[in-house]
Amino acid sequence: MAGKIDPMEQFVIEPVAGTFHGHNPFVLTNSGIWTLIILGTIWFFMLGGMKRQLVPGRWQVAVEGLIGFIEDTVDASIGPEGRKYLPWVFTSFVFLLFANLMAYMPTGLVSAAHPYTVTAQFTITGVMSIISFAIVLIVGFSRHGLHFFSLFVPHGTPKVMVPLIFLVELISFAVRPFSLGLRPFIAMFAGHILLDVFGAFVIQGLQAGGGGIAISILCFLFLAFINALELLVAAIQAYVFAILTSLYINDAVNLH
Amino acid sequence: MDPASAKVIGAGLAAIGVGAASIGVGFVFGSFLQSALRNPAAADGQQGRLFIGFAAAELLGLMAFAIAMIILYAS
Repeated sequence: MAGKIDPMEQFVIEPVAGTFHGHNPFVLTNSGIWTLIILGTIWFFMLGGMKRQLVPGRWQVAVEGLIGFIEDTVDASIGPEGRKYLPWVFTSFVFLLFANLMAYMPTGLVSAAHPYTVTAQFTITGVMSIISFAIVLIVGFSRHGLHFFSLFVPHGTPKVMVPLIFLVELISFAVRPFSLGLRPFIAMFAGHILLDVFGAFVIQGLQAGGGGIAISILCFLFLAFINALELLVAAIQAYVFAILTSLYINDAVNLH
Repeated sequence: MDPASAKVIGAGLAAIGVGAASIGVGFVFGSFLQSALRNPAAADGQQGRLFIGFAAAELLGLMAFAIAMIILYAS
C-alpha cells in the first residue's frame, strides 16, 4: 500500500550550514542557497549582454529585448516620468521571472539537489509588495502632500456619495499590497503542490500494477501538460507583478 | 460525522471554486478573442489588460485551491 502524499514537505526551510538553535540569525538555508544561485544566474545573464556592441549579438539582443519590454510597459502605464521607477519594476520582474522559472528546472536529474521554490514563500513576495507600496506612498505623499487623498474620490462623484465612495476606494487601496504579494505566492505554491501530487500518483500507480499503470500513464500525460501550463503561469505572474506595480505607481504619480 | 471524512468532504467542496475560476479564465480569453477578431488593429495594445484580467480570475481559483490544501493538511 502506497504511503500518504505530503506535498507540503517541499516547502520546508532547512538549515544547511549552522542551526536555528538559540535564535541564530546567520543560518544558510536551502532557500538562501537557491536565492544566491538565482542571483548568480541573473548576474551572469545581464553581464553577458552588457557589452554595448554596435552590432549586437544574440545574447545582447536577448538582454536588450527584456529591458525594452519592461520599458515599454512602464512607459505605457506611467508616461514620460516612468523612467525613474524603471529600476524597481525591472528588478522585481527579473527576480520573479528567474525564481519562478528556475523552480521548475529538473536539476534533480543531474544532481541530488532539487530546486527550491523561493517565491512559494509569502515572506519573499510579501516583502516585494511592501517595497512597491512604500514607493507608491512615499511618491504620492511627497509629490501631492495631503492632496494624495483625492485619489480615493474619483472625478464627478456626487456630494452625497463622497463618504461611501471614499470608504470603498480606501478599502480597495488597502487590500492591494496583500493581493499583489499573494498572487505570485499562491500561483507558485499551488502549482508545485499540483505537480507533487500528480508525480506521486504516477509512482503509486506503477507500484500498484494492473489498472494502476493505465492511471499512471494518464497522470503522466496530465503532468506534462500541467508543467507546460505552469511555465506559462510563472512568466505571466512575473509580468502581472510588473504591470500592476507600474499601474499603482501611475496612480501615485498622476493621481486621476 | 467522522471528523476525518468531514475534512475530506470540505476540501472537495472547496475545490469547486477552482472550476468556477476556470469559467472566469475562459470568459476573459473568450471575450478578448471575440473583440480582437472584430478589430485586430487594436488588439495588441490591450494585452496588458488581458493578462490583468487573467491574473485576477486565476488568483481567485488558486485561493480556492489553497483553502482546500489548508483544510486537508493543516492539523
